[in-house]
Amino acid sequence: MSFSRKYLGIPYGLFLILFVAAPLLVLVYYAFTNGQGQFSMVNLQNFFTDPNTLGTLCYSLVLAFVATAVCLIIAYPVAYILAQSKLKRKAVILLLFVMPMWINFTLRITALKEILSMIEGNLAYYPFINTIIGMTYDFLPFMILPLYTTLSKLDKSVIEAASDLGADNFQTFIKVILPLSVPGIVSGVSMVFLPAMTNYVVLDMLYNSTYIMGSLIGSYFSAYDWHNGSMIALILLVIICIVTLVSGDKDSENAGRGGLV
Amino acid sequence: MNKIIGKINAVVLAALMAVSGVAAVTGVFNTNRITAEAADDTIVLRVCNWEEYIDTGDWDDEDTIDLESGSIKGENSIITDFENWYYENYGKKVKVQYSCLGTNEELYNMLTLGDDYDVICPSEYMIMKLMAEEWLEPFSDDFYDTSVANNYYAKGVSPFIKKTFDENKINGESWSRYAAGYMWGVTGIVYNPDKVTEKEASTWTIIDNSKFRRQITIKDNVRDSMFAAVGAIKADKLKSASFINSPDYHERLAEEMNDTSEANVDKVQEYLQSVKDNAYSFETDSGKADMITGKVVAGYQWSGDAVYTMDQADEDDFQLNFAVPEECTNLYFDGWVMLKSGINGNSEKKQAAQSFINFLSMPENAVRNMSYIGYTSVIAGGDSNVVFDYVKWNYGAEEGDTDVVDYPLGYFFSGDADDERYILKVPREQTYRQLSAQYPTQEVMDRSAIMQYFDAEETTRINQMWINVRCYNIKNVPVWVWVLAGIVVAALIVLSVKLKINKKYQ
Repeated sequence: MSFSRKYLGIPYGLFLILFVAAPLLVLVYYAFTNGQGQFSMVNLQNFFTDPNTLGTLCYSLVLAFVATAVCLIIAYPVAYILAQSKLKRKAVILLLFVMPMWINFTLRITALKEILSMIEGNLAYYPFINTIIGMTYDFLPFMILPLYTTLSKLDKSVIEAASDLGADNFQTFIKVILPLSVPGIVSGVSMVFLPAMTNYVVLDMLYNSTYIMGSLIGSYFSAYDWHNGSMIALILLVIICIVTLVSGDKDSENAGRGGLV
Repeated sequence: MNKIIGKINAVVLAALMAVSGVAAVTGVFNTNRITAEAADDTIVLRVCNWEEYIDTGDWDDEDTIDLESGSIKGENSIITDFENWYYENYGKKVKVQYSCLGTNEELYNMLTLGDDYDVICPSEYMIMKLMAEEWLEPFSDDFYDTSVANNYYAKGVSPFIKKTFDENKINGESWSRYAAGYMWGVTGIVYNPDKVTEKEASTWTIIDNSKFRRQITIKDNVRDSMFAAVGAIKADKLKSASFINSPDYHERLAEEMNDTSEANVDKVQEYLQSVKDNAYSFETDSGKADMITGKVVAGYQWSGDAVYTMDQADEDDFQLNFAVPEECTNLYFDGWVMLKSGINGNSEKKQAAQSFINFLSMPENAVRNMSYIGYTSVIAGGDSNVVFDYVKWNYGAEEGDTDVVDYPLGYFFSGDADDERYILKVPREQTYRQLSAQYPTQEVMDRSAIMQYFDAEETTRINQMWINVRCYNIKNVPVWVWVLAGIVVAALIVLSVKLKINKKYQ
């Protein structure tokens, strides 16, 4: 039997079946059964009739949306300046931004907690703002990196052409650079938005006592209610799929056309 | 860039290797999970306990406990000591497979998924649940025979605990038949005496006291939060003389504190919703550190954690006190039980499991565990004075102390509240500090109640209440937000349509 390169894919195939496909099937099974193991749509109905789960979904969406927006607003100029600059030590500066990722994240949040306590006096008064700060702190590198990669690959001659044709700096940015960096924005946004919806550790550590999707799922599981918990997890999965599909669509569309010039 | 990353990686890797090398030498890693390579004749005992809930040995000399009856020092871990002791006493090798649990619910989920253990240490309500669902293996008949030399649990358990375990029943069977106590305690409030008076801290209503807005922590689990809320809601009734003096006070108290009627759960929900706005946080572990660093002025704590918190604060020369609410306190236990599925009719295994419980109940070992964990052992010591000596060694008044008071602990050590052998002489401050948390007075125990386990319907109701408290209810979204959201969505749609049209004409 001759060795085929296909065999190299076996470990990953096994991984996929064991740790991705199988748990997903279990999740679907629990989501659509009731306590007696019979098929049931009650869990689905529960999700859309319970004002708490819907409220939590909205709260998570708003939280993730704001955190992503803040990350984008901070990260874009940084990535742009870095990509444009002719600094010799560019790599070092980029490294400084990425370095926080190398430190354990609970440790970072603990440190952040102390700093925020010092500034605010009492953390508990501003749970929402603190959560946004925590998430921004946590996810910023994930936004900077893809943006930097896209922006540094940007063809300088396109910008020169724009100014030759009479566009001022602002117009160049809006009409040329921004559209060309959309793929970077999309991948940055999906890397921040999706985890921000479920990362309840940040909330717990910064004393936001309102549940988000992650903590709600956890609370169902610890109450032995696997069925409703699975259903919420499944719906979250579907939402994430939709978000990814929509953004992925945009991504390829723009990449194919080479921008809106 | 790659070069730099490579260099830094190398440094980090080197540091990691250095750390793990040191750890391996000092044995930091050898306590978590001891896997057994069982030879044929070795009994493998699978134990599941809470994290940091057993002495792991390796004490420094300065940690030695010098008692009149001799000094106690943890050289090896209790587990290793048990394995050696068992071999010496019964001539059989036993290997303990030790693993840890995070929460009772997690343990229960693991059991239903088919994880097998022989001996586990859940809390009282989980023991009740496991008993009711017939998971547990009863103790053998001679487990409580005090004439057997190695029956340390039967000989040493506090009469007060024994009585509680005998009197509480599930399906007509007393807890004693299936469960042996390990650690116990009450719930109360740790407070900073500079900011909070003892009177303010001695009531459950403190969690809703707007004077301490955003300066008090509460436990992040539905049972503890509900207990405090019920205590606060019913405060007037629970403190009224007619209630306290009623002949069936204890039964009525337990009934009130375990009231899961819809009306009461609704009230609890409303109350906890206001507490959520008043509290600093719902915490699982961070409350102790926040208390010590002065971020909060009061916190709802289990007595064992309260002792730890006060000890830590003492090291920083920062005084914290402990108060048990006047209304009622939650008497809780962690206890050892054997699982039917694990023991599986194997009498050798059952004997080893019972011996494990007995070994932990040897007064010296109880002291070692207490000293390591900070909680209170159920062991009073029986004929041995070691446990009482330890309490005296820890908290007793020293020569030169001027303000000394009597602190009777007879109810725990001999079952007779006025027993003169068990009256401690302690500095007055211990009546509202560590000692009062570790060994509450008889008076405190008189107003204690055990929180029952709830059946499926009650559990669902309570969990729903908790979710209602913790979740953002969509009905609370004000109209203007809906309008704003509508405008934003409409704007986005218009924008994207416009873009599409523009594209067409390009």
